Amino acid sequence: MSKMATRESFGIALKELAEKNQDVVALNADISKSTKTDVLRNYDPSRHFNMGIAEANMIGVAAGLAVSGKIPFASSFAMFAAGRAFEQIRNSVAYPHLNVKICVSHAGLSDGPDGATHQCNEDIALMRVIPGMTVIQPCDDIETRKAMEAIAEYQGPVYLRLGRAPVEDVNDENYEFHLGKAVIVHEGKTDITVFATGVMVQNSLKAVNILNEKGIDPTIINIHTIKPLDEKTVIEYAAKSRLIVSAEEHSIIGGLGSAISEVLSQKCPSRQLFIGVKDVFGESGTVEQLYDKYGISAEKIAANIEKAALELL
Amino acid sequence: MRQTEKIANEMRKDIIEMIHAANSGHPGGSLSCVDIIASLFFEVMDIDIDSINSTDRDRFILSKGHASETLYAALAEMGIIPHEELLTFRKFGTRLQGHPNMNHCPGIDMSSGSLGQGLSVGVGMAIANKMNNKPYRVYVLVGDGECQEGMIWEAAMSASHYGLDNLVLIVDHNGLQSDGFVRDVMNNSPLGKKFDSFGWNVFGCDGHDISIITQALKMAKTVKDKPTVLIAETVKGKGVSFMENNPNWHGRGISDEDYIRAMKELGGDDCE
Repeated sequence: MSKMATRESFGIALKELAEKNQDVVALNADISKSTKTDVLRNYDPSRHFNMGIAEANMIGVAAGLAVSGKIPFASSFAMFAAGRAFEQIRNSVAYPHLNVKICVSHAGLSDGPDGATHQCNEDIALMRVIPGMTVIQPCDDIETRKAMEAIAEYQGPVYLRLGRAPVEDVNDENYEFHLGKAVIVHEGKTDITVFATGVMVQNSLKAVNILNEKGIDPTIINIHTIKPLDEKTVIEYAAKSRLIVSAEEHSIIGGLGSAISEVLSQKCPSRQLFIGVKDVFGESGTVEQLYDKYGISAEKIAANIEKAALELL
Repeated sequence: MRQTEKIANEMRKDIIEMIHAANSGHPGGSLSCVDIIASLFFEVMDIDIDSINSTDRDRFILSKGHASETLYAALAEMGIIPHEELLTFRKFGTRLQGHPNMNHCPGIDMSSGSLGQGLSVGVGMAIANKMNNKPYRVYVLVGDGECQEGMIWEAAMSASHYGLDNLVLIVDHNGLQSDGFVRDVMNNSPLGKKFDSFGWNVFGCDGHDISIITQALKMAKTVKDKPTVLIAETVKGKGVSFMENNPNWHGRGISDEDYIRAMKELGGDDCE
């Protein structure tokens, strides 16, 4: 089983898109080797714009390129795109609904050793609240590549959330990506459904193995498109579950869990377990150490689901 | 040229009418940039009613989006929007939003209003024109107070880095901002020297002399490999004596009494 970070897959997919479409361009803010737009730069430097350490300007320039018919992929760390340039994304990209793809890496805790300033557990919330913004987080290599094809076709602003750390494959080459459509990755036998995004799909699948030994077999659904949310699937599975679980490498405030809760509280009130980073900053450490401490490792997911399941009895 | 000066005077009257009807708006900064926008739309840019929806033409970004009145007045004078529509300015359901929305109204090349962002967008447009080998030029208008935004200098750095000689920035240098004189609020002079040190070609001119503005913008076309900034010396509230150089006229409505006084100074309906 290959292990590739979604940022790596993004770089490869970006070059492939650029080969097919002359209008594809990339922008970066001095971290092209980290967020992998350097793959496009090495292929065609005339379509790669390094804007220096100036994220606000990078987003504005991307907006201008989009007005002029280019398909700009602007990249930085999640923290410095969604965070630093939030207002530029909101006013210069989303308000005019321009065709800018904001593709960020090092989201969540995945930038382990760099610590809290470079980690970002707030970006889904920040991007999700902007009208007309599409928010996508692929879980693996294939899904990232297919998502890139889909967002290049789609006309409008997109936030693509990528990770720094290598992740295991969930999908194979036959996988089909449909923007806004949830994917059932494991149909369980117990009336518990886990809605997971990004690498939490892998962690939730591993949690199933642990839980199976205890007679618990939850369904795992991959929510790669956090906005627009696949409400139909969320409601359908919530309706037949006694417990639903949201799992995300993000704050439990404002992210996938909140998005699901916003729908279900109105249309199918459900008992929900929020798995994610509590209202705290991260710190330096390996990804494994951080996932464990902040409660989003496979083991912690399994333990929390088991505890919640017992409370239901 | 006399014709454009007449249009500029009509635009000033439009602005007063719009703000009076809306009972809010930005009279000072709108009046200060009338002659700049009139020069661009009626002398310099290859824009007219036929080319308005085309992407193959010069572009204009009103980065100081609070002067939307002036842009709308120019569009009305060009016949792109009906003159009577100006009275819907800032009202519920209007295409003429308080700050420009490119998706609501033809002739608006970029939505704007949050200060400091337009120059970056202009950099993106200018890069795209270079990539596509298009000869069209990109004009961005900012306020001098707006140049306090750090993003302006990020954009200035990138425009010269990429040698964007198809990009022109015009600074409406009226010396005032919402809270008072720029030199008191946060002094950012000398702007020309700052842009020069950022690698720009710097021109200065009287921002109310349409023939001089036009001449400077035409001269800018001959400058190669670097962007040009035109520091246009203007008077906030220009054309209405009691609004001139008075920070109180940055953002507010116009009373019936002041409306009559202002229109009288601008020649009222006699000039139609």
